[in-house]
Amino acid sequence: MAIEVRLPTVLRAAASGQANVFAEGETIGEILKSLMDSYPGLGSQVLSPDGSLHRFVNVYLNDDDVRYLDKLDTKVAEGDVVSILPAVAGGSL
Amino acid sequence: MLTISQIYLDKMMAHAIREYPLEACGLISGEQDIVSGFYPTRNDAASARIYTVNPLDYLKADRDAEAKGAAIIGVMHSHTHSDAYPSSTDVAQAPDPSWHYILVSLKHKDPILRSFSIVDGKIVEESVVRLNY
Repeated sequence: MAIEVRLPTVLRAAASGQANVFAEGETIGEILKSLMDSYPGLGSQVLSPDGSLHRFVNVYLNDDDVRYLDKLDTKVAEGDVVSILPAVAGGSL
Repeated sequence: MLTISQIYLDKMMAHAIREYPLEACGLISGEQDIVSGFYPTRNDAASARIYTVNPLDYLKADRDAEAKGAAIIGVMHSHTHSDAYPSSTDVAQAPDPSWHYILVSLKHKDPILRSFSIVDGKIVEESVVRLNY
């Protein structure tokens, strides 16, 4: 099953400049692995060395943060859209 | 260089003042160096010293910008008690080298707005061209 994955501007260079790509899988983890296989440059920017989601990245399944679902085991369905967004933070400290 | 309508500058400064004493944050959309939208976002840190853009607000802003043929090209946040200059936290957590980083300082009587690029930890101020429409 091919699922649409939306990429933020910072990751597009690693995906040949594309804003939207398609990746195969039944879960978020499988989708991300498929994405990494197609675009190896995305790997370290999305997943930590231990295979978990990088803490500076948020992954949404439609309108839901997968960290509040089943994380990488979250199931996807036909027509779902996965969005990868960088965590945006800072401050005066 | 960042080209931006006075309307969006006013919206950013109003957002900063409205959220005071907490830091305010928001996202700007557009194409490269030309701003075509501003999206105030929730500060999940709810702090006077740090900010975290609410990711769902970011997602919605990203979708809206995309639907209008634009993209998210930067982030605005306020410094409530310090100058409009990126802190070490801002530099360490800058998510995208192609983005514009807009700072609004409320340290003085009138808000001060400046814009920067942050690439590989290097801060470079950019000129802000204000359009009167």
